[in-house]
Amino acid sequence: MQTTAAAVTALIEEFAKLPGIGPKTAQRLTFFLLRSPADQTRRLADAIIRMKEQVITCSTCFNITETDPCPICASPQRDHGLICVVEEPLDVLAIEKTDTFRGVYHVLNGALSPMEGIGPKDLRIAELVARVQHSSGEVREVILATNPNYEGDYTAAYIAPLLRPLNVTLTRLARGLPLGGDLEYADEGTLSRALEGRRAFEG
Amino acid sequence: MPTPHVYKSEALVLRHINFGEADRILTLVTPQHGKISAIAKGSRKVTSKLASAVDLVTRAQFVLATGRELDVVTQAVVQERFDHLRESLWHATAGYTVAEALDRALAEREPHPDIYVLALDTLRRLDADADAWLADPTPQNPAGPTSRGWAAMRFFDLVLLDLLGYRPAFHTCVSCENPLQAVEDNGFNAELGGAVCPSCSRYAQRRLPLLTLKVLRLVQTTEWHALPVMRLDQRTRDDVEGVLQSILSLNLERSLKSWNLLH
Ligand SMILES: [Zn+2]
Ligand SMILES: [Zn+2]
Repeated sequence: MQTTAAAVTALIEEFAKLPGIGPKTAQRLTFFLLRSPADQTRRLADAIIRMKEQVITCSTCFNITETDPCPICASPQRDHGLICVVEEPLDVLAIEKTDTFRGVYHVLNGALSPMEGIGPKDLRIAELVARVQHSSGEVREVILATNPNYEGDYTAAYIAPLLRPLNVTLTRLARGLPLGGDLEYADEGTLSRALEGRRAFEG
Repeated sequence: MPTPHVYKSEALVLRHINFGEADRILTLVTPQHGKISAIAKGSRKVTSKLASAVDLVTRAQFVLATGRELDVVTQAVVQERFDHLRESLWHATAGYTVAEALDRALAEREPHPDIYVLALDTLRRLDADADAWLADPTPQNPAGPTSRGWAAMRFFDLVLLDLLGYRPAFHTCVSCENPLQAVEDNGFNAELGGAVCPSCSRYAQRRLPLLTLKVLRLVQTTEWHALPVMRLDQRTRDDVEGVLQSILSLNLERSLKSWNLLH
């Protein structure tokens, strides 16, 4: 016997697919929206659709953006000679929140993980090398700000020998960063100290 | 509901996959309980007390609670992180290879303390070698290991095959069982599990030059601390690796992905 309207069940199922949302929370969100005014639910639905239709990746730094190049790559205020290489767009967000970094970014779209089948071709590594190469000497420093864990260290160790012949200084975030976790979860103070105290990378 | 059984063990983290918003599912190898799968809740957050202990290729002291499907990590303290190894591409790849080989070779809950010790010894040798290499990278081969680091991996391959019961034969022909002669045209057959003499060359899957055979024999029959420094050209290194890789991939079912990344 069907006890709940099919449309309600469908929305509960969709919510439950989201990260961090279990069946209980999915139900709560659905019934909250059911009781909300129609225009509020419409704004939420529109925002989701707009996000999907309008967000693209920047063809220079591969961060998510609504314009190409993205506002950071297009800004004359930013230092285009300093590239901070991160794994995910969320890491850009975390570093931007610290308000201490004036350079530009390069989003790899993950980290190397040979056992899980993620190789160099799955990441924007070739694009990074080409970007530094084609900058005709403008790029002075590349900060390898991949996560402070094995995959992140490994990815930095993979990229370093590719960039070293191009005459750029390579740095890695300072060791003060708690080890093993993902950058996106670091607090702003820790992250800005890690950026300021970055060290030369030998690998 | 029965109280969960809580137990302590040191373990090496072989694999982890992200799960949910901030959790990780780990594959651990322990000396006494063999290979275990466990969930470390919230461990992707840098603020988590578990974060540094559940990183790959890290040895940590774990407290685990038996769960319905997966054991749950309740505490974990890092014992050894192999920091140098991670910063050199070759050594970090070797670290992955060790973890991947153990993951393939061991079954869940089947203890194999010898293999656990071999893995740790190998990681320590690689870490020491990476430290030396980072201090003075050889300009001719910027991505390569020193001869010691390379030997540590071949020692790992051969001892692992031994401990798993797949010791390859390098003294007699696996087909006719005659002693092998010191000649350039011996061969190797992974399915038959060893070297083949020139008269049995129809079974040879690959060549086994004399120097390659000598290196394999030496590493197979020598304790680590007694192993001399071997200065080998790249071709011989590749030959030795190729022989070992063919027999390891046969016995561990698929070829090792981490090894392929560098080749
Ligand atoms: Zn951009
Ligand atoms: Zn024979």
